[in-house]
Amino acid sequence: MTNDKPKIIAGLVIFVLIATSPVWLNRGKTKEAPTPVMAAEATAKGYCVMPKAEMKAKHMKVLDGWRNSVVRNGQRVYVNESGKQFTMSLSNTCLECHTNKAEFCDKCHVYASVNPYCWDCHVDPKEK
Amino acid sequence: MNVQYMSALIAVVVLGFLAYIGTEFLGLNSLFGIFIPYLAVCFFLVGAILKVMKWAKSPVPFRIPTTCGQQKSLDWIEQNKIDNPSTTPGVIARMFFEVLLFRSLFRNTKAGIKEGKITYEWEIFLWVGALAFHYSFLTVLVRHMRFFLEPVPGLIGIVETLDGFFQVGTPGVLLSGVVLLGAVLFLLSRRLLIPQVRYISLMADYFPLFLIIGIAGTGIYMRYFARVDVVAIKQLAMSLVTLHPAIPQNVTVSGILYVHLFLVSVLFAYFPLSKLMHMGGVFLSPTRNLANNSRMERHINPWNPDLKFHTYEAYENDFREKMIEAGLPVEKEA
Amino acid sequence: MTIPREEMLKIDNTPPRKSWMEVPPDFSKGKFCYPSQIKALEYLKMPNPREWSPTDEDWKLPPNWQEIIHKGFKERLDKYRSLKVFMDVCVRCGACADKCHFFIGTGDPKNMPVLRAELLRSIYRNDFTLAGKILGKLAGARKLTTDVIKEWFSYFYQCTECRRCSVFCPYGIDTAEITMMARELLHLLGISIHWIMDPVSNCTRTGNHLGIQPQNFKEIIEFFCDDIEEITGKRIEPSFNRKGAEILFVTPSGDAFADPGTYSFMGYLMLFEAIGLDYTLSTYASEGGNFGLFTSSDMMKKLNAKMYHEAKRLGVKYIIGGECGHMWRVINQYMDTMNGPADFLEVPKSPITGTVFENAKSTKMVHIAEFTADLIKHNKLKLDPSRNDHLKVTFHDSCNPSRAMGLLEEPRYVIKNVCNHFYDMPANTIRENTFCCGSGSGLNTEEIMELRLRGGLPRANAVKHVHETFGVNMLACVCAIDRAVLPPLMNYWVPGVSVTGLHELVGNALILDGEIERTLNLRMEDLPGAEGEGNDDDE
Repeated sequence: MTNDKPKIIAGLVIFVLIATSPVWLNRGKTKEAPTPVMAAEATAKGYCVMPKAEMKAKHMKVLDGWRNSVVRNGQRVYVNESGKQFTMSLSNTCLECHTNKAEFCDKCHVYASVNPYCWDCHVDPKEK
Repeated sequence: MNVQYMSALIAVVVLGFLAYIGTEFLGLNSLFGIFIPYLAVCFFLVGAILKVMKWAKSPVPFRIPTTCGQQKSLDWIEQNKIDNPSTTPGVIARMFFEVLLFRSLFRNTKAGIKEGKITYEWEIFLWVGALAFHYSFLTVLVRHMRFFLEPVPGLIGIVETLDGFFQVGTPGVLLSGVVLLGAVLFLLSRRLLIPQVRYISLMADYFPLFLIIGIAGTGIYMRYFARVDVVAIKQLAMSLVTLHPAIPQNVTVSGILYVHLFLVSVLFAYFPLSKLMHMGGVFLSPTRNLANNSRMERHINPWNPDLKFHTYEAYENDFREKMIEAGLPVEKEA
Repeated sequence: MTIPREEMLKIDNTPPRKSWMEVPPDFSKGKFCYPSQIKALEYLKMPNPREWSPTDEDWKLPPNWQEIIHKGFKERLDKYRSLKVFMDVCVRCGACADKCHFFIGTGDPKNMPVLRAELLRSIYRNDFTLAGKILGKLAGARKLTTDVIKEWFSYFYQCTECRRCSVFCPYGIDTAEITMMARELLHLLGISIHWIMDPVSNCTRTGNHLGIQPQNFKEIIEFFCDDIEEITGKRIEPSFNRKGAEILFVTPSGDAFADPGTYSFMGYLMLFEAIGLDYTLSTYASEGGNFGLFTSSDMMKKLNAKMYHEAKRLGVKYIIGGECGHMWRVINQYMDTMNGPADFLEVPKSPITGTVFENAKSTKMVHIAEFTADLIKHNKLKLDPSRNDHLKVTFHDSCNPSRAMGLLEEPRYVIKNVCNHFYDMPANTIRENTFCCGSGSGLNTEEIMELRLRGGLPRANAVKHVHETFGVNMLACVCAIDRAVLPPLMNYWVPGVSVTGLHELVGNALILDGEIERTLNLRMEDLPGAEGEGNDDDE
């Protein structure tokens, strides 16, 4: 019999390394969760298309709805619950107030590894 | 009705409720978010290692590969070097196909009787289902690393991009989750619908299936319907893996997340005690991981007993006269 | 068998409504093997010899039988990683279920390999796992009762250790391994079957299963030589127990005892004569087969030890082994480990072709099909395959040479060179997928004939297919148990197909130097081409 204990132990070491990889890859560092920074323009405006909590949970849904409405139906005007009208536009409406895409959008997206394909087509007017 | 699957289903539902009630109403967030996950992971690692070491402690006294092809014999006869390996590289190739592609399951056939004749059909669905299940599970697991690593390695982003290839819906539908749930449901329905398989199925077979349905179900619910706060969840996850555990303050972590996390913890803790250890066992199966070379190289049995057998001498003593009479040569004349 | 074929084919495989743990085994007549006799167990010094029958309520187990099983189980878990892993990793996917010939033929769910293993696993869980101790039946555990022992006896003697299930199992779980362990455990209580223990006891004393004594063994072989002389006009004088021969030849004693194996024995003798091989036969090591394999690893070792012991005593260079299935499992996977190293022998080298059998360089034991294939490849045999022209031949891969060795091409190569008409059975039923004869591992006993015919159904069904499609009328094999059990199987399921060993075909095609014109085959039947002019010689 070839002694297979070393092979088995090597296998177990690999298993443990993989299973614990998040621990040693982060090396015990603490990382604060990001908080999005409101741009001065946004704070000044004081309101958004929906209340903050809803925007936090549903902004992707809102933008997806806007896109469909504009591209498929040519309907560009959004009326919110309190009757305010908005032009459905990521670059013009949203980024008009949220002028700091990197600090407001990307910070959380990067942290949570969310890669919205908004920016495949749209541009941040400031980056341009 | 069958006590085996009903008890498994009830167990999983009760576990889910425990976590939901515990965190939504009783404020046991630290218990379900920190203490139990840590305990489960420790249990998983230590349990799995102990189990494998326990297997390894028993020797492999004989070389018993199941040979599934032509042996190495005369030079001009082509050996099947993978299904009947005689060398280590051959064994590695065989194990590669076995572990990563489920080679043996791929052979599956279904026997039936048609017009007085037995027929065999290639039955590939179990293989497809098993492969879909395991690889989607792996993909889901890899994808979840985005919650446990900061910064998130590019590779994980790539996996997720590929997984969301079809760019359907917002957030984009990830194939692996859907395939995982579909494959588990297929495996469950096989167990429930094929009479023979139902007959052999134990609670221990249904329990992990329901558990995984619960895990995949809550995961899908959180992503597509509840749209939970992923930043808060990552904050919790990171606190766990950086060994500075803390329940995120000022943000709400959904009770469903705790259900999800608790079911995963149960799965981890249950793993080493159960048939799920086939993950490790497949590497140690002596019918697969040995070369068929025991006529070429002596395989050593560490406990090979020294046994008294009926020697030629005893035989000749028994039959000497008859042997002499028959003209057979003998060692000792009478 | 009196049951009509159509009745036999009505196989109901709907599982019972009750849990399998509550369904008792069937011990009606014909459903069980007869237990071993007191004298065999006493001779072998095995535990608890007594008069008993499976139909009895009380099996007269030793008073501490539960303790014996528990300890025996633990001992085997510690000795065999295979057992430990196979007890733990099964996921009950059911892929093995319809791979078992006994399940296909009987429809009995406990003949599904997975459930057969669960019979043992349920006790393993109860005795050795935490989950089993806490959850009991929900974890698939149950207490060890006499009913469990009875069930083991029933179903571990409905497994032929053919390993077909292990080809399909995603973890390679080998039911043969599990059956071997279960049978070992049963032996600890004195539960065993006559058809295995009698050959084991015979083999211990006389050197062969059939209890043939040395003088009779010699007579039998000389009788074969008389027949060969009549057929070929040449007298062969094989030697027995001769020191200094180059090669020791060992084949199953079944070949010496019963047709059609005897014709293969004649084939071996003629082959060795044709090439002038310096070999000897042994009356002491006169058994290639090893029913110890079906008893316990210790018994296997003790019976197998005789081959090397005799080879050493006679001073031969190496050993050639005849056609036998389980014999070759023992030689290929156990012999060298158990009784080696055979450092007193030399690496086998064919004295005729000079071929060195590298694949046998450690055991120093060559399979006759390897040896003959090499001779044919080097054109060392004068063959007239047309003598087998009346035969349409198919080949039954025996379980052990295919799944515990991989001897697939060698016999086919030989057949194709000694016969002109060869047809393989469908791919799902040959080579590593081959189906058992239904009577292996010591189950070739008369009293369970119905079970044997059911177990042999998948094999017979495949033969029937080539019989109907190509007119196959001869089933060739390289196994002595096959030669004993396939004829009744063919008789029942596929009348019109006979059974032959590989070397009977060789013997018939082989042209010996200076032989007379052949009019008879080895069965003393007229050769078809010679019928007209040969008839007047016929008595």
